[in-house]
Amino acid sequence: MLDEIQRRLLEEVADLHEVPEGAYNIRANGQMAARNTTANIDITTKEDGSGINIRIAPGTRHESVHIPVVLSQSGIKETVYNDFYIGEGSDVVIVAGCGIDNCGNQDSEHDGIHTFYVGKNAKVKYVEKHYGAGDGRGKRILNPGTKVYMEENSYMEMEMVQIKGVDSTVRDTKAELAEGAKLIVRERLMTHGSQTAVSDYEVKLNGEGASADVISRSVAKDESYQKFDSRIIGNAPCSGHTECDAIIMDKARILAVPQLEANDLDAALIHEAAIGKIAGEQIIKLMTLGLTEEEAEEQIVNGFLK
Amino acid sequence: MLELKDVSFEVSDDKEQKDILRNINLKIEEKKFVVITGPNGGGKSTLAKLIAGIQKPTSGRIYFDGEDITDRSITERAKMGISFAFQQPVRFKGIQVLDLIRMAAGKRVSAADACEYLSEVGLCAKDYINREVNASLSGGELKRIEIATVLARGTRLSVFDEPEAGIDLWSFQNLIQVFERMQKRIEHGSILIISHQERILNIADEIVVISDGKIVQHDTREAVLPKLLGTASAVGVCDRFYQGREEKQ
Repeated sequence: MLDEIQRRLLEEVADLHEVPEGAYNIRANGQMAARNTTANIDITTKEDGSGINIRIAPGTRHESVHIPVVLSQSGIKETVYNDFYIGEGSDVVIVAGCGIDNCGNQDSEHDGIHTFYVGKNAKVKYVEKHYGAGDGRGKRILNPGTKVYMEENSYMEMEMVQIKGVDSTVRDTKAELAEGAKLIVRERLMTHGSQTAVSDYEVKLNGEGASADVISRSVAKDESYQKFDSRIIGNAPCSGHTECDAIIMDKARILAVPQLEANDLDAALIHEAAIGKIAGEQIIKLMTLGLTEEEAEEQIVNGFLK
Repeated sequence: MLELKDVSFEVSDDKEQKDILRNINLKIEEKKFVVITGPNGGGKSTLAKLIAGIQKPTSGRIYFDGEDITDRSITERAKMGISFAFQQPVRFKGIQVLDLIRMAAGKRVSAADACEYLSEVGLCAKDYINREVNASLSGGELKRIEIATVLARGTRLSVFDEPEAGIDLWSFQNLIQVFERMQKRIEHGSILIISHQERILNIADEIVVISDGKIVQHDTREAVLPKLLGTASAVGVCDRFYQGREEKQ
């Protein structure tokens, strides 16, 4: 079913060595490669073939859904629309992610547009990893779009990771939160070479007691470029926090644009942004432990992105 | 085991040249617990940094176990067996205490072994092992972790730059016991501590007094300590201020 390269990509983006337990849908080179549904989690192909619907029954607890995508052919360009309907009171883990191995000269691009409807009191942990490999001249491009609609007292934690090998990314994430809903976003990003990565977050806190915490930690190496644009809008008594913490290296460039908009007297919003190079004393400290300058730098970056 | 021969260190800016250390000749013997003391600004920390390789001397040579290490890098000296505990420990976002101890030990020590080093410096290991070495730790906690990394390295020469700096008196009372244990356990190698604390001076085999960039005294504790108590390096700033005023008058 899957070849060696595809298996390796799968391991990188979804920590999967074999076929996962629970519900899954594996997409390889623009085709469905495998699918499994469970009593509580149904996966169906959209009628127009543009993507899949994932329906999680109310009250489903401690189950997981894996929907990894792997591209190992050069020149594939696809946009996939996946919709998640997460039933009231459920507690699930969703693992998405895309790995591209492009050894050819044509660009490979996967744009995954995910929409989440998170029901009342539901709890979701969403993990999305991006990974690129291959030494071809064709670019590896990923443009994920994520829309999140959170109902009363729901909770969602999003872990977005892109550590290596993706040439160009525009990540667009929008969320709307009702009363008492809570959204946590943890983004970890590393760019190198001449890569560019743009992260755009817009979180609307519409209900009383809604809260959001959007934090990005990133490292920009070589001549890469990153833009972090995070906007929290408080339309009710709510609390929001956004933070961008970036390490800049070599000739990289980083633009951080945290924005807050309060449309309610009791909207408590905070933003923080820090960009800086690795402190010389950090490298010296690790060198006194016997690490070389390069090893010290690697440990500092790894720790920062952990 | 460590010898500094005619070591000088100067800094210069556009206007002037300033001697930080002048013609330092110092020999640290095997199995010795040596304390370097003296007034602030006298060049003690610079000396420690020269030994660790963080600063390079303007002139003179440094020998470790008979080998000239003057041109060796920080990393090379660390690998040869020199450890250095910073006066102001460095913080790292994301790096956990366990990671740091593993890097120090140079191998994947088990969490249990890492806990031993933390317990040794008076930290309840299980509370700290997974903590990040970041701003959430207090100055005293960081200082203990810094000392634990030196213990984890277990090298021939350990240099501590003012372990008491930035720690409140109560925390330091406990920390002193760590050094007392180290002093009792010296089997191979030596310990070099920069300190103003009488209790540290009290357990020294030898005391080196540095003032104004020069070694003004280097002898056994018995010979140095009685003279030292009551001099400028042991008395407070206010006393020195008044002394100075009296001298002028």
